[in-house]
Amino acid sequence: MEEIKYIEPSALRNEMLRLRNEAKMDFLESLTGMDWGVPAEDDAPGTVRGLGIVYHLESTETHERVAVKTSTLDREHPELPTVSDIWKTAKINEREVYDFYGIIFVGHTDMRRIYLRNDWVGYPLRKDDDPEKENPLRMDNEETVDETTEIELSADGTIKNKKDIIFDDEEYVVNIGPQHPATHGVLRFRVSLEGETIKKIDPILGYIHRGIEKMNESLTYPQTLALTDRLDYLSAMQNRHALCMCIEKAMGIEISERAQYIRTIMDELQRLDSHLLYYGCLAMDLGALTAFFYAFRDREKILDIFEETCGGRLIINYNMIGGVQADIHPNFVKRVKDFIKYLRGVIHEYHDIFTGNIIAQNRMKGVGVLSKEDVISYGATGGTGRASGWHCDVRKRMPYAMYDKVNFKEIIYTEGDSFARYMVRMDEIMESMNIIEQLIDNIPEGEYKVKTKPIIKVPEGQYYQAVEASRGEFGVFLESHGDKYPYRLHYRSTGLPLADIVDTACRGEKIADLITVGGTLDYVVPDIDR
Amino acid sequence: MFDFSIVTNWVHSTLTSVMPEGWAVFIECVVIAVWIITLYALLAIALIYMERKVCGFFQCRLGPNRVGKWGCFQVFADVLKMLTKEIFNPKNADQFLYNLAPFLVIIASFLTFSCLPINKGASILDFNVGVFFLLAASSIGVLGILLAGWGSNNKYSLIGAMRSGAQIVSYELSAGLSIMTAVVLTGTMSFSGIIEYQADGWLIFKGHIPAIIAFLTYLVAGNAECNRGPFDLPEAESELTAGYHTEYSGMHFGFFYLAEYLNMFIIAAVAATIFLGGWMPLHIGGLDGFNAVMDFIPGFVWYFAKAFFVVFLLMWIKWTFPRLRIDQLLSFEWKYLMPLCMANLLLMTLMVVFGLHF
Repeated sequence: MEEIKYIEPSALRNEMLRLRNEAKMDFLESLTGMDWGVPAEDDAPGTVRGLGIVYHLESTETHERVAVKTSTLDREHPELPTVSDIWKTAKINEREVYDFYGIIFVGHTDMRRIYLRNDWVGYPLRKDDDPEKENPLRMDNEETVDETTEIELSADGTIKNKKDIIFDDEEYVVNIGPQHPATHGVLRFRVSLEGETIKKIDPILGYIHRGIEKMNESLTYPQTLALTDRLDYLSAMQNRHALCMCIEKAMGIEISERAQYIRTIMDELQRLDSHLLYYGCLAMDLGALTAFFYAFRDREKILDIFEETCGGRLIINYNMIGGVQADIHPNFVKRVKDFIKYLRGVIHEYHDIFTGNIIAQNRMKGVGVLSKEDVISYGATGGTGRASGWHCDVRKRMPYAMYDKVNFKEIIYTEGDSFARYMVRMDEIMESMNIIEQLIDNIPEGEYKVKTKPIIKVPEGQYYQAVEASRGEFGVFLESHGDKYPYRLHYRSTGLPLADIVDTACRGEKIADLITVGGTLDYVVPDIDR
Repeated sequence: MFDFSIVTNWVHSTLTSVMPEGWAVFIECVVIAVWIITLYALLAIALIYMERKVCGFFQCRLGPNRVGKWGCFQVFADVLKMLTKEIFNPKNADQFLYNLAPFLVIIASFLTFSCLPINKGASILDFNVGVFFLLAASSIGVLGILLAGWGSNNKYSLIGAMRSGAQIVSYELSAGLSIMTAVVLTGTMSFSGIIEYQADGWLIFKGHIPAIIAFLTYLVAGNAECNRGPFDLPEAESELTAGYHTEYSGMHFGFFYLAEYLNMFIIAAVAATIFLGGWMPLHIGGLDGFNAVMDFIPGFVWYFAKAFFVVFLLMWIKWTFPRLRIDQLLSFEWKYLMPLCMANLLLMTLMVVFGLHF
């Protein structure tokens, strides 16, 4: 349980500016919308009610962390001040909160729905909303709007809606997606072009939004685990690891060292799997199809290892509250060692066919440059952040599992271009192999899963747990009211900041660079949409 | 060395002995047209099969292996499928241009294809400015691509077509200059003349340094001209889905597809004809015994062997390199390749003037 400081909405902006400028809290880790219900008679003094927000902040210099919350009791016209001008990532996160809770952010420049259709009625994550009542299955296509609403606060305190045009009729707007080979899923970019040069990009999300956060509120804790693998399917292990750790932390369950070892090895295998796929897909996006098959040839071997121990290949369902689902297969250790030996032998082929290629280097070097300030402000963690010189590896910042016991380097590049992002991943492949090698021979004996109660009830409180997933920080924010079901379970998406930052990275570049940037940023769409 | 003109002359004299000459010529034309179309289709099938197998082996795969032994009927099955598919017209397309475009592309390809001398005495179009005709005919293709992009009323298609226009027009210069280098050396623009000149040694040997440079620049420029990787920007799959032929289906798409493969073959065959001697066997001046043995291998075998060797080179390049970006592509042509070709042409001219070639 962590302390979350309550701040009145009227004092929020000053406090946030103070935190940003004086306490140097430059990284808005997570922004979570909440519905704490209406005030009741038997509320203990100090109970926070209403529609609100929880902010998790971190300073990238001191690694000091703070969480604050705010709320408003007005359910008809809930208005809270925006922080989108303080942290850029808040802009898209506040759109998400507006979409789900209907909270209007005063000063926000783009108050559109983000995941749901524009003609959606109601705000589904409010506790008193019945999404099925007013929203029949719509048989017509959603119209794309070219207008957005800016909520302006004038000097006398009144609020005024201002219309903003996203794309005017004169612009040559091309859709990249939702069905497009290079978006790696059902994501859509509306790209305004001037010849081949990109003027502006507007990402349109929500094509595979499944409402996982809403579903979680009616699932028991063991059931919620099943959905984490379906977020970022290339970080399935890490995602589930994060949720398990969050619940274990909340309940005070100590898991065995054997389970810790297994979880760490599995996380790193998953990272290898993801980075190999990253290499393959990036190469394919740039037209080097042969390299794609090299990566898939080797990734297949990791999936085989997963299959032998866990039964699944993509949706693995391995971590459990208290440990892991099943003990490792007797062949596991030998196969992992064989695989690492094999991969060390063939990794030079990857560099021969793609990294060293002059065309590949010209396509990536100096393309889509992101400054360190931008990646921090947008919260673009993982390889993207580290390529711009930001030490953002959760495994180093807040070590968990076995990561404080193993030696590994945090890969940092400072160029911030596509090539740096690519090289971060290629170097991390080597580091992941190092980590696995340090652990694989020393897996201690012991139980792989500690006994938990048949019905899991998490004590009341708010908990946040982050892991380093394959493409950045994946966080779980859990608010429990002591029931079998979570009151609110929010996932800090790794991909949402990455989709958001595409516009910054691509302006003024060629349309072919959008594909390079998209490939090197490495977003996975089910994780953005949740 | 078997001279195919014996056959053609015999056919011509037999036909004129039983009918007026006009009719004889007409019948010959029909026979030749059928022959070109058959050869064109068969070559396309062979090339597609070859591409799939070569690409498969480059990518640690087996390639097609289900339809027939080693998958050798796979392409026939695909052609049948393509023939039976519906040809549809997008609602807001410019119907006339949209339907015209594939035919322009395929006609340009046929015309160019007709220039290729397959055996001694077996060239269909052979006249004193054959090289000019080839360059002119191959440029009609870009018109078809531009019309396809414009007529489809699709943004991807339009971007693809614009890229294609810029690319093909630019790289035609380099391709043309590379061929001109050979013309300077041989002193003739007819293909049969160029091949005759190589009777005592292929041009790539006789013209040594500038000829080798011209051969390489021609391969690069030719590769770009037929829109193949690493120059496949007009149809860049990961950017523009399929570029200028996004909206085409059935045989209309098939025409683009066929033309793409045959254009690759034509580029390879022209390179083989001009730089590697065409149907001319490997002759080394002075070694009469060796030359006589080489003459036993028929000309068309030499011809196809050389052409397919160059095709393999092109496939090797395609399946190894990533794709360029449009500005890189154009700056490569205008800043590096074309100046190189011009300097090379000058070098070749100086060599010819001072008699420094073999």
